[in-house]
Parts: sequence; C-alpha cells; structure tokens
Amino acid sequence: MAQSDNIASLKIQKSDAPWKRRVKSLLRNPMAMFGVGIIIFWILVAFLAPVIAPKGPLEQNIGDRMQPPSSQYWFGTDELGRDVFSRVVYGARISLPIGLIVIVFAMIFGCFIGATAGYFGGVYDLLIMRLADITMSFPSIVLALAIAAVLGPSLTNALIAMILVWWPEYARLMRGQVLSVRNNEYVAAAVLLGASQSRILFRHILPNTFGPILVKASLDAGSAILNIAALSFIGLGAVPPTAEWGAMISTGRYKFYNWWMTTFPGLAILSVVLGFNFFGDGVRDAFDPRTNKS
Amino acid sequence: MNLISYIVRRLLLMIPMIIGITIALFVVTRIVPVNPLAVILTEKSMDNPASVKAATEKWGLDKSLPEQYFIYLKNLVQGDMGISFKTKNPVTKDIITFLPATIELGIASFIFAILLGLPLGIFAALRAGKFIDHFSRVFALLGASMPPFWSGLLMLFLFYYKLGVLPGPGRVDARIGPPTHATGLFLFDSLLAGDMPAFWSSLSHLILPAIILGWFTLALMARITRSSLIEVLQQDYIRTARAKGLRESAVVVKHALQNALIPMVTIMGLAFAGLMTGAIMTETIFAWPGIGRYAVEASVNLDYPALMGTTLVIAILYMFMNLIVDVLYAVIDPRIREA
Repeated sequence: MAQSDNIASLKIQKSDAPWKRRVKSLLRNPMAMFGVGIIIFWILVAFLAPVIAPKGPLEQNIGDRMQPPSSQYWFGTDELGRDVFSRVVYGARISLPIGLIVIVFAMIFGCFIGATAGYFGGVYDLLIMRLADITMSFPSIVLALAIAAVLGPSLTNALIAMILVWWPEYARLMRGQVLSVRNNEYVAAAVLLGASQSRILFRHILPNTFGPILVKASLDAGSAILNIAALSFIGLGAVPPTAEWGAMISTGRYKFYNWWMTTFPGLAILSVVLGFNFFGDGVRDAFDPRTNKS
Repeated sequence: MNLISYIVRRLLLMIPMIIGITIALFVVTRIVPVNPLAVILTEKSMDNPASVKAATEKWGLDKSLPEQYFIYLKNLVQGDMGISFKTKNPVTKDIITFLPATIELGIASFIFAILLGLPLGIFAALRAGKFIDHFSRVFALLGASMPPFWSGLLMLFLFYYKLGVLPGPGRVDARIGPPTHATGLFLFDSLLAGDMPAFWSSLSHLILPAIILGWFTLALMARITRSSLIEVLQQDYIRTARAKGLRESAVVVKHALQNALIPMVTIMGLAFAGLMTGAIMTETIFAWPGIGRYAVEASVNLDYPALMGTTLVIAILYMFMNLIVDVLYAVIDPRIREA
C-alpha cells in the first residue's frame, strides 16, 4: 500500500517539465527579480506617462529656461524651458519599445535565416553564412553608424540599421542549434512517417532550439537600448525635439555645467539597461546549470 | 613551423573576407543613394561640369556597377579612398593623421583596465560571496550598463568644471601645444623631444577618456578573471600544491593565476570591439581627434568617402586583432592549430 503511494507520487514529480524548472529557478533569483521589477516600473511609467508627467514632453516655457531642479520642476528645465522630468517620463515610450523591437526583429529574422540555412544546407547555407561573417567582421556600432547615415537620420532608420547589424548573431546561433538537433532519432522518425519539410522544421526542430536563443535575446536587450540611445546621441536616431533619452543628453552636452539636463535622462538609460542586464544574467543562469552554482 | 602555416592559412582566408567587406560597403554607399555622384563630390562641385566630368572618368560612373566596383577596388589598392568632403584632404591621409590619437587612447584605457580589472577579479575570486565579490559584480554591471557618452559628461562636470583637478576636452593644453611630430602618440613624442610640459599635459588629458573607455574592458576582465580563477582553484593540482605546504600567495600567483589567465586571451577580441565602440562615443565627448570622432563626423555630415574609408579601416583592424588573438591562443593551446 505504502509502496504504491510512493510510485504514484514519483509519477507526479516526473511531469515537472524542464522549462518549468527554469522559470522556477528564475523566480527564485533575487537579482533577476530586481531586474524584472525595474523593467515593470518603466513599463508602467511608459503607459501612465500622461498621468505622471506634469507637463507635455514638447511644452515650452521660455521664461523658465535652464532652471535647476526645484519643487516646481523636479528635474529642472532645458534650453527651451521644457520640463526635464516630463521628458524623461515620456522618453520611456520610445526607448523601451524600440529596444525590444530591435531584439525581436533581429531574432525572428536571424532565426528564420539561420534555421533554413542549417536545415537545407548547400549553396544557400554557404552564401548566407559568408554574408553573416562579413557583417560580423565590423564592430556592430561602426556598421550601424554607416547604414544609419546612408539611410538618413530618423528613429526608424536607426532601428533598421540595428536590425541589419544584429541578425547574423542569431542566424549563426540558430544554424548551430538546428545542425545539432536535426540528427536526432525523432527527426529521422518524422521523416520516415512522411512529414513535410516545413512540418519537420517548424514542429520538430525549432521548438527544441529556443533555449539558447532566448538567453541571448534577454542578454542583448540592454545593449540594444544602449546602442539606440548612442545613435540618437550622435544625431542619427531620434531627432529633436523628440523626447528620447540619448537625444536629450546630446542637446545637454554643450551645457554640461547644467548637470540636470544630462544626468536624469542618463540615469533613466542606466536603470533600464541595468534592469535588462540583471534579468538577462538570471535567464542565463536558469538555462545553464554550470553557472548556477558559482 | 606548424604555427607559421597556421598564420599563413589564416592570412589567406582574410583576403576573401576583405573583398566581401569592400563589396558590402560599396553596395551600402553606392546603391542606396540616388545619385552616385553625391557619394564622390560635394554639392558645390556637382554644379561644376569640369569636376563632374573628372569624377565620372576617375570612378567610371558611366560604366556598369560591377565595372565601377573594380575601379573602386583598383583605387583602393593604390591607397586612394577619395577626398573627404569635410576636411578636403585625401581620406587616407586623414586616417593616418587621426589613427595615432585613437591608438594612444586605446592603449591607455587597456592599461587602466588591466591594472584595475585583474586585481579586482582575483580578490573577487579569493573572497567569493564576500563584500569585494559583490562590489566587483556591481562595478562590472555598471560598466556594461552605463552609456559612455553620459558617464563621460558626468566626469567632465565633476573633475573639470566643479573640482578643476583635471583638464577639459582635447589632447593637450592649447597654450602648450602638441610635441614635435614623430609617431603621433603624444606621450611618446613628448618624451622623445624632451618636452616635459607637453608630456604632463597630454597625460592629464588622457586620464578621464581612458577611464571612461576602459571601464567596459575592466568589467569584462574582472568577471572573466574571477570565474576562471574560481574554476582553476578547484583543480587537483592546487590541492596538491596546498598539501605540500606552499604559502597561499604562492599557490595563487604561481600555480592558479598562470592557468586562469589563458581564457583572458580569448576575450581580447571582444575587448577590442568594445574599445572601438567606446572610442566612437568617448572621442566625441572629449573632442579627442581620433578615428572614432572622424567616423562620427563623417556619418553625421554624410561625408561618403570618409565614411567608407574609416569603416573599412576599422573593419580590417578588427580582423587583424581577432587574428592576433587566435594566434596567441594557438601558441598557448597547440590543439587549435591542428583543427
């Protein structure tokens, strides 16, 4: 009697899927949860911007130009008398989605190309991988700079430039994953059962390759936001008067003695990127048992 | 012998890569703009029929795209990357002028990163889980999360504007002037000329940009040193060394550290890429007349010849850096050469 109880409980334990274990270990990681907290905070700020911000992001008040922080202007005002606090709050509506769009698109685009290259092989694979090699032989910001410059300064073009620079990393990772998974017996079984090529690729191979891709995406999200801010700072991303954090630092840089104009947007970037980096580290630890212990 | 053939093989493999890079750059800058003349001539000289004719002939703009590419390649091999719109100098000459400033800044920031990153990583490993370990983790994460264009401004505000202990932007005090030109590395040149005021001025100008630029590398080094030292310290031969009564400092320095530093070589390539990315931002903030700032100005002003030239040179430098890293690794680990 007691023995059969034990066997029953064993069966229940077995149903704990690997991904469930990973999510649990992620939820138990205080650093990662701190990161998630920061990200949720900024998502709320972005959604509630009109409620939180006392002024509009572009609202000028020339009489109150370059005021230091006070009870009226918490983060001071800029050279056109705009409220820096309101602009930082509204900036969350740009930096967060843009950073995520870059990663999501680079991931989808790169994964699709990498998966098909790995699965079909041949000349297609060769050409795609050489193209990836060439793109990756530039430090990414340098190529992004060139592409963004040629396309012309705008946030959309900066976004396109970042995706064009970033897809090969995902393509390469995905190709390696597909190559290692496609030789498994269950794939051979699917082939023997007469499954179509796309069914094999999308139903049997891809679902088993997503772990490392997700880890990479969560580690990359922070640097995507950082790089977009950098392009805007240079003048090739968001253009004035858009309330984008990198662009705000750019206009404040020649008046760096008015420290509030650059400090607060910079702190905003720092906190968001830090949040994503904490979260990314946590995801990596959850997926890689080797780093779990140290 | 084996090593030499490895290096030769790697060098030969670089040739198709470089050709690929030039094709990519050619495609990006020639096919996207509507008028190819706009890539070679300034708007002003496009109104001048004589210069339009000269440019069309030199770059073969009336020929097909593949032919244009080969003409571009031929000019490139002869060191001709066109004339910069902004500076009106040949791009090759500009790059030679600006490169030493970037090299000097890069070396200084690398030295800063090693001097601080190694000890930080070692102490974090020896006191894993203690205060210094947490401190080093936070310090490293800050380095990876802080926009360099922002931290640079904060440093300028604090040390230059508020405290007045360090000089502002630029490479050397304008009243002192640069040292007599020899290599373009101001510290080296000023010592060579015995120009001590220029030496101290250049050195003080280097401090802030080197710290800002080196922070990312420092963070990388501290983390890698920590994790690889922790791994090595668990090996059997470390236990043997301890068991035979060696002092802890000898165990760490003589036995553990030497082996723990091998993975450092592999991150050098990554560190170099970080350095190049950081140089673009740091040089812009500190008005540092290097190749990073040149690249930024070229892209903002749509100075196509300069943009193509700098991008190409940076990509080739990056490739050579990765080659050096791989060769160093092959020297340390002979198995790589066989593969």
